[in-house]
Amino acid sequence: MRSGHLALSARGVQMQYRDRGTGKTLLAIENVDLDVPDGAFVSLLGPSGCGKSTFLKIVNGLLPATSGEIKLHRVAKGREDAMVFQDAALFPWYSVLDNVAYGLVCAGVTRGEARRRAAPFIELVGLKGFDDKYPYQLSGGMQQRANLARALAVDSAILLMDEPFAALDAQTRELMQAELLRIWNAAKKTVLFVTHQIDEAVYLSDRVVVMAARPGKVIADIEIDLPRPRPLSVKRTPEFAVYEERIWRLIAGEYEQARAAPDAAS
Amino acid sequence: MTEAAAFRVIRARARRKRHPLRRWYRGNERAILSAAGIVSFIAAWQVGSDAGLISKFFFSSPVEVAAAGALEVQKARFWEDVKISASELAIGSLAAVLLAVPLGIAIGWYRRVSLTFDPWLNFFNALPRVALIPLVVLWVGLGFEMKTIIVFFGGFFSIILPTVEGVRTVDRQLLDVARSFRAPERLIFTSLVIPGTLPFIVSGIRLAVGRVLAGVIIAEFYAQTAGLGVMIARSEASLQSDRMLFGVLIFTMLGIVLTEAVGIAERYLQRWRPSLDLEEAA
Repeated sequence: MRSGHLALSARGVQMQYRDRGTGKTLLAIENVDLDVPDGAFVSLLGPSGCGKSTFLKIVNGLLPATSGEIKLHRVAKGREDAMVFQDAALFPWYSVLDNVAYGLVCAGVTRGEARRRAAPFIELVGLKGFDDKYPYQLSGGMQQRANLARALAVDSAILLMDEPFAALDAQTRELMQAELLRIWNAAKKTVLFVTHQIDEAVYLSDRVVVMAARPGKVIADIEIDLPRPRPLSVKRTPEFAVYEERIWRLIAGEYEQARAAPDAAS
Repeated sequence: MTEAAAFRVIRARARRKRHPLRRWYRGNERAILSAAGIVSFIAAWQVGSDAGLISKFFFSSPVEVAAAGALEVQKARFWEDVKISASELAIGSLAAVLLAVPLGIAIGWYRRVSLTFDPWLNFFNALPRVALIPLVVLWVGLGFEMKTIIVFFGGFFSIILPTVEGVRTVDRQLLDVARSFRAPERLIFTSLVIPGTLPFIVSGIRLAVGRVLAGVIIAEFYAQTAGLGVMIARSEASLQSDRMLFGVLIFTMLGIVLTEAVGIAERYLQRWRPSLDLEEAA
């Protein structure tokens, strides 16, 4: 699975906004360096406002960074990257099959061929038999499965996931986390996963990159040395709790610091 | 107070088996009540005018309107009028849709087109369109063209304004999806902008039905050349209230047919929407 090279390498990525009201320049992301090895599952973890979703959009090309550089490993066929969106963001007027085929159609594949190539991914994410349903006929979890299948179908080297389970209820979320690991294992993808949930990041990842807010910057990069495959019961082990505790302390410490020096935080 | 009095007890209630007639009524409630409303109105009108409570001179009666209608449909002139009014409506409305939709999409999507056309849209929307009739008469005379142009004006602005609005409110997140997958410009229109705007276009067309009907009647009243509006105006001149009301009835039917056609098109185009069925909700 791992060929040793980097799927993604970011150096000194910076994002500035000019506040239209005050005219002041705000630093949303400060000097982020990040390496994601091929085949790895890496999470970006941080509180809201730390710029983790913005970073993902920069990688995806939806937003231009104000400075820095990102290298995505080029692949012989298909796209370098594909995005799984936060709210399923399915086209309500397309069937599940056409939604999953959308990325392929964008890449210039004919509709018929795109549908044919999308079908196995519908099966992979466990939506077999729902091809002709419209998004409103699916539950939140099923919509996220379709969202994931759409990104998988374009056969990109790296999968960018923007808090895909944040809007789901707690039980569905756990189920989807386990499902994601199964699919990740089957599809052999590199994943860059953005979340604000510590247990989600630890459970899924090979590495958790912890970010702090205002300005968004990397404060820790933690290797998660838990055996795979990981059943959900891993979350009830002492080793898991140690990782959670460690990351929680980092985030809480950062929060205390920000409270102690309010000027620096603003 | 006793122990038991501290609780309010809510018991399950078994569904009673209802009488078949009652069940038939529940199943067809909408049709039965609306039919009853129409029938009782017509009956009251007839009885009232027979009893002399309602003036036949001003309001005629259902039987007389029906008789006038039966006489009218045998005349070639009547069918000629229907054909003329329907053609003015069809051509004017079709032109309005065909021009308003693409132009509205362009204005809603391209900022520069919008900045250029916005003042004109606001100007023409504020302008009472019937005030243009004399001007249009000056251009093209009192015939078919003038009336068709008035119909077009009525429909065009009702459609273009919601279309522009619809394009501007296209789901930003879906736009991100399209851009994220590097959708070509043409695909962004066909996959996102047009389907996303469709509900707005349809509601504009719904609004336009009333406007185009009003347009054709006013234009025919003004021109006095041909069409159903002329038939109504002539009946007024000869004090035939029954024939007038029959003409009004024909216009109403044209309105119903157009509204129904829009409804059918809407249901077909928006199969992807959860249906909001009144019966189901009740």
